[in-house]
Amino acid sequence: MTVTAEPRQIYLDNNATTSCALDVVAEMLPFFTEQYGNPSSIHAIGAGVAPSIHTARQRLQALLGAAHDTEIVFTSGGTESDTTAILSALRSLPERREIITSAVEHHAVLSVCEYLAKNEGYTVHVIPVDNQGRLDVKAYEKVLSDKVALVSIMWANNETGTIFPVETLAQMAKAFGILVHTDAVQAVGKIPMRLSNSAIDMLSLSGHKIHGPKGIGALYLKRGVKFRPLFRGGHQERGRRAGTENTAGIVGLGKAAEIAQSGMIDENTRVRNLRDRLERELVARIPNAIITGDPEQRLPNTTTIAFEFVEGEAILMMLSRAGIAASSGSACTSGSLEPSHVMRAMDIPFTAAHGATRFSLSRVNTDADIDRVIEVLPGIIDRLRAMSPYWSAAGAPAAFQPAYS
Amino acid sequence: MWNYSEKVKEHFFEPRNTGVLDDANGVGEVGSLACGDALKLYLKIDPASETITAARFQTFGCGSAIASSSALTEIIIGKTVDQALSVTNQDIADYLDGLPPEKMHCSVMGAEALRAAIANYRGEAWSDEGHDDGALICKCFGIDAGMIERAVRVNRLSSVEQVTNFTKAGGACKTCHEKIEDVLAEVLTAMAAEGVIEAGPAPTCPVAPSAPIQKTMTNLQKIQMITAAIEDLRPTLQRDGGDIELIDIDGDTVMVNLQGSCVGCQMSSITLSGVQERLMTVLGKPVRVIPAQAA
Repeated sequence: MTVTAEPRQIYLDNNATTSCALDVVAEMLPFFTEQYGNPSSIHAIGAGVAPSIHTARQRLQALLGAAHDTEIVFTSGGTESDTTAILSALRSLPERREIITSAVEHHAVLSVCEYLAKNEGYTVHVIPVDNQGRLDVKAYEKVLSDKVALVSIMWANNETGTIFPVETLAQMAKAFGILVHTDAVQAVGKIPMRLSNSAIDMLSLSGHKIHGPKGIGALYLKRGVKFRPLFRGGHQERGRRAGTENTAGIVGLGKAAEIAQSGMIDENTRVRNLRDRLERELVARIPNAIITGDPEQRLPNTTTIAFEFVEGEAILMMLSRAGIAASSGSACTSGSLEPSHVMRAMDIPFTAAHGATRFSLSRVNTDADIDRVIEVLPGIIDRLRAMSPYWSAAGAPAAFQPAYS
Repeated sequence: MWNYSEKVKEHFFEPRNTGVLDDANGVGEVGSLACGDALKLYLKIDPASETITAARFQTFGCGSAIASSSALTEIIIGKTVDQALSVTNQDIADYLDGLPPEKMHCSVMGAEALRAAIANYRGEAWSDEGHDDGALICKCFGIDAGMIERAVRVNRLSSVEQVTNFTKAGGACKTCHEKIEDVLAEVLTAMAAEGVIEAGPAPTCPVAPSAPIQKTMTNLQKIQMITAAIEDLRPTLQRDGGDIELIDIDGDTVMVNLQGSCVGCQMSSITLSGVQERLMTVLGKPVRVIPAQAA
C-alpha cells in the first residue's frame, strides 16, 4: 500500500512572522510556571524574576549596539513601539507641527500619521520612492525644517526588502533639531547595528520577526531624548511604559536577540545565497518576471517577484497546495481591491503589480526548500497564464518588452 | 487566507472549460488588467435551438474569480440563451456553496460576462462598452449604474459597503460613494414601489445632491470650463501613461484626442465616458465626448 505523505511545509513568509525558536520557548517556559512572580514585588518569588529581565535587556542592547541597556523599553510589539515613538516626539516638541515619513512605511506608521493629519491638523510630508523602492532623498532634504517634529522612516521595507539610508537621513534631520524614529522591525537581526554611534533617537523592533514570541517588542530610546510615555500608571520600564512586565515574552525576546546576533553572519551569507539562487532560477525559468526593490541595498532574506499577467492570490493558493507558504502584495489576498501601497508607490506596472509574490526566508530554510519552489513555481505560473486572457494577447513572451526595467 | 468552500477550491484547482473556443459565436469580455481581474467568456450557441452547446473561459484573477468562471460555464452549458439570461451572480455563488462577502464581485463578473457574450451573439452592442446602461459611477473600476442596479436587485443589497463587495465600485479612491448612495436609494425606492422589498427609510444620503443650476452661459465660459475640466483630468491619465487633448468644441459635442497608453486601451471607451461624465457635472448640462478621429 502506498501512503502519500503530506508534502513538508516550506515556510517562506518570514517577514510576516517566524516560528518561535525551540531554545526561545525553553527559556520562556519557567516564567509561566515556577517563576510567575511580579518583578516589582519585594518577596523572593517576584524579585527572582528581575535578573532575567535584566539579562534580556542586555541581550537586546548587544544586538542593537546600544550604549546603555536602559535605552531598551519593552513594549507589546512593533505597532506599540511605532505609536509610542511618534506620539512621544510630537508631545515633546509641541510647537512643531510637521512630520516626515515615507510612502512605503508599514501601516503602523502610515495610519498613525494619517490620523494625526486628519484629526490633529499635522502636516505630514510623505516622501516618495522610485521604481526600485529607493527613497527620494532630494525630496526629503527639501522638507527638512525647524517646523518638523519627527522623521519616521523605516530601516528596511517589509515587502521589497529595500534598505533606506536611515543613518544619513537621521544626521540630516539632526541639523534641524528633529527627532528621528525608524521602524526597524524587518532590519533588526539581519543588519548589524551600532546605535551607540548613531543619530537615530528611537527604533522599533518586534519579537516575532526574529524567531521570538508574538506580543513582545521593544522601543530603543536614546539616552537624553525627550520622551512622553504612551501608557501611564506604573513605574515599570522606568516609568516609560506602565504595565506589569510580560516576563515570559521579555525573556523570549532576549533569547531570540541573542540567537539572531550569533546568526547574523549565516543570514548574510547562506540565507542571502539561498535568496539569490531562488530569484535567479525563477527569473531564468519564468518569462516576464520582475524582481522588485533595490538589488544593491536589500535585506538578505527578502525577494518580491512580480509575475506579469497572473494574479497573486491564485499563485499563493497553488503554492500552498504544494506545501509552500509565501505572500503577496496583490489586492485580492488582503480584501482590499488595489495592489499594496508599496507596489503602487513604486509604480510597478499594473500588468505585474497584481502578481507580486514575496518570498521571505530565514535561517531555518534550506537548499531543499529553494529547490522545491524552483521545481513547482514555473508550472504554476504557466498554468495560470494559460488561463489568463492577457497572456496570448501579450504576444510571444520572448518578444514582449515591458517598458520598464 | 480566505475561508473558501471546498467547491471553490475544487473549481479553482481543477477548473472546467478553460481556454479559447475557436468556433465560438458569442464572446464576452469584462474587467481589465488594471482592475486586477478580467474574464473572457466564449459561447458556442446552436442558432436553430438557441442552446449553448459549449462554453469556455479565460480568466485573470484570484482563486474565486477563476472558480466563478468555471462554475459559470458549468451552469450554462445546455441551457437556452433565454434560460442563461436568467442566471444571476447569486446562482454562481450558490453553485460554489457561497463566496466570502468581499469576493462576491467575482460572481458578478461572471454574470456580466455572460450578458456580454449573449449580447455579442445577438449582434447587440453590450452596455458595458458604451455605458448606455446608465452613468459611469466608479471610474477606478469602470462600473456603471446599470451594473450596480443589477447587483442591488439580485442580491438585495442595502449599503455602499455591500455594493463594493459585489461590484468593486467605490473600492479604490472612494470618491464615488455619494453617487453609489444615490443609485442605491433610487433602486431601493423602485424596488419598494414594485413591492419587491418592504418600503422603509431609504439609506440616508448625507449630502443632498444639489441640482446643477441651469443658467445660460456664454460660449467663452463654456469653453473655459471644459478646458479647465480636461486639464484637471490629465494628471490621472498621465499616471497610467496616457493623456488627453482637447481638439474642438462644436455645440454640445466635445472632441478629444486620447494619447499614450490610452490609445488602443480596451478601457478607452470607459475613459471617454468618464470624461463626459465629468464635463456634464461641471457644466450642468448634457454634452457628448467623442474621439477627434471619429469626428
